[in-house]
Amino acid sequence: MTTTSRWRALTHHQLFWPVAVLILLLLVNVPFTPDFFSVKMTDGHLYGSLVSIVLFGSPLILVAVGMTLVIATGGIDLSVGAVVAITGALTCSYISDQADQGALSGVLLAMGLGLLAAVVCGLWNGFLVARMGIQPIIATLIIMVAGRGVAQFITDGQIITINSEPYKLIGGGYWLTLPFSIFVVAVVVAVTVALTRRTALGLLVESVGGNAEASRLVGIRSSRIKIMVYVFCALCAGIAGLMISSNTSAADGNNAGLWIELDAILAVVIGGTSLLGGRFSIGGTVVGALVIQTLTTTIYTIGVPTQTNLVFKAAVVIVVCLLQSPKFRAKVFGAKFGARFGARGSARPAAAPADPAPPADAAPKMEVS
Amino acid sequence: MLSRRNFLTAAVGVAAAGGLAACAKKDDSSSGSSSGGSKTITLGFSQVGAESGWRSANTTSVKDAAKEAGYTLKFSDAQQKQENQISAIRSYIAQKVDVIAFSPVVVTGWDAVLKEAKAAKIPVVLTDRSVETSDDSLYVTLVGSDFTDEGRRAAKMLATVVEKAGLKGTVKIAQLEGTTGAAPAIERAKGFKEVMDADHADDWKIVVSQTGDFTRAGGKQVMAAFLQSNPDINVLFAHNDDMAIGAIQSIEAAGKKPGKDILIVSIDGVKDGFVAMSEGKINGIVECNPLLGPQLMDVVKKVHEGETVERWIKTKEGDYLQDQAKAELPNRKY
Repeated sequence: MTTTSRWRALTHHQLFWPVAVLILLLLVNVPFTPDFFSVKMTDGHLYGSLVSIVLFGSPLILVAVGMTLVIATGGIDLSVGAVVAITGALTCSYISDQADQGALSGVLLAMGLGLLAAVVCGLWNGFLVARMGIQPIIATLIIMVAGRGVAQFITDGQIITINSEPYKLIGGGYWLTLPFSIFVVAVVVAVTVALTRRTALGLLVESVGGNAEASRLVGIRSSRIKIMVYVFCALCAGIAGLMISSNTSAADGNNAGLWIELDAILAVVIGGTSLLGGRFSIGGTVVGALVIQTLTTTIYTIGVPTQTNLVFKAAVVIVVCLLQSPKFRAKVFGAKFGARFGARGSARPAAAPADPAPPADAAPKMEVS
Repeated sequence: MLSRRNFLTAAVGVAAAGGLAACAKKDDSSSGSSSGGSKTITLGFSQVGAESGWRSANTTSVKDAAKEAGYTLKFSDAQQKQENQISAIRSYIAQKVDVIAFSPVVVTGWDAVLKEAKAAKIPVVLTDRSVETSDDSLYVTLVGSDFTDEGRRAAKMLATVVEKAGLKGTVKIAQLEGTTGAAPAIERAKGFKEVMDADHADDWKIVVSQTGDFTRAGGKQVMAAFLQSNPDINVLFAHNDDMAIGAIQSIEAAGKKPGKDILIVSIDGVKDGFVAMSEGKINGIVECNPLLGPQLMDVVKKVHEGETVERWIKTKEGDYLQDQAKAELPNRKY
């Protein structure tokens, strides 16, 4: 391979642009935070900006990974933020009722209860979408709106503060000097990748997203696959809910996971998964979520005035989305960086919102980096 | 699914019961006359919603104080919607209550319904938040906090705290702001800056300021970033206790001691804030009192009897430093 063809292969890799933006964003921080990349030991655990980004970004990564599969089936799940709130509220209110909040069995039971509630929400979404044929955006809107009410109902409108060491571990604790949440995220991502890429499951999900009816006719149980992805998505949101409430040792029914659904959808899109469904990239989603979290951290550190936070965020997101669009790249940078449609399957640029290519024709060859 | 259905049924039931209660007529109460204080006063109160612990405490206070004063209270929860609040006020007018009190969900859009109340000769008292009207006679008075003054008090308290701690050199302040655009966030920042510019222009400096959305998670995340970009911060001013509580966790994760390495002043005075202060992690709390029920009942009585009251009755609020935290903690109801 010549240097140019290697470069071309690199820039055409679907993860190239998200990773480039991530690195760029990290570098922007350096003038404002001189030792931005330094990681040191404090109180027996690693401490530094990078650790914070991964720690605070963990819930978003989880929610976004779940969202990726839902979007791959051509759906969308707006209820994840509410599921985050319900799970946190239920778990914390159960723990706060315990005589000994530090008892491991009580904490595990509470977490089980919370996750069970999340799964029930997922079943409900899946039932509405797959069996009742309701548009996903409407079906999941129900829990998005009502679910937060349920969370407030559980917490009585108060913030429930708990003092439980074992529960603190999952979202705010450290293990082997690293935030424990990193391990949780790693396990969930690994399991998801293994299930979707080492078995036929990923192909089935993409097939359903490409054309649910055709999939059903060739013998794939489309509706069962759909219910499964909504349950999985809710479960991911549930784990994120445990993390968020554990991180602050408190359940806030009003604010926990507020708008996380939008950030998650954004992460999925930045990661190169088409909103039209039919293909997905878990690795891209993880990078996308990290981009969003880094962007948030950057806003805090470089001193963007509060009133212009969202404008700054919007500008960066627009740039990222444009970079993701093969058409845009072809126009601006010339053919070198642009799409070469159908030239090489594995190097095919990721689908951006502006990508009108029919999703079902793409070979589902998305490896995780 | 079952639990969801049950919940929905229950929710519908509660809503219906609430509606019925609001409609129930109380015939023995005087009907809108402002002459006598001999009969029981009927007060119609429309609450914003139950969006925070502060608000729930506010609701409880109003209900308890009404019971204690022996008033008939007609309570409705607007669930953060102005149209609910307007229809509640209309129903109070229709029921000819003696006084209407409400915490407006938003600032504008009240002229029409308040004119109806005025036409029915029912005095209106605002609680907690103010409204903008074309005609000042549309409401009698506002019982509530002065957010700007809370900011001023926080700055003055910080001066005491800094002196007590013996902090030398420049005071480098990190500010955690409330939700961008919310009145408490704007006015608390304004009041704080006012005092800072007047008294401490040389030695105080706000080095970073960012919104933490009034939440613990927000406060924690923003503070973590602050500590990275400005490790020399030695003071934190948080617009509410919850953000301070979140920030404390980040300060500890950075290996610093909240309340010692970084002095913390916050506003609100919720129970968890006092717990943190009694542990020495917060240095001072400016109270923003939700327990304005008793004061409200006082005002309602005066208004009903036709006495003139001030346009803005500020809630009784205290400033608490660390040494008062332990004694005050048991009194915290919210």
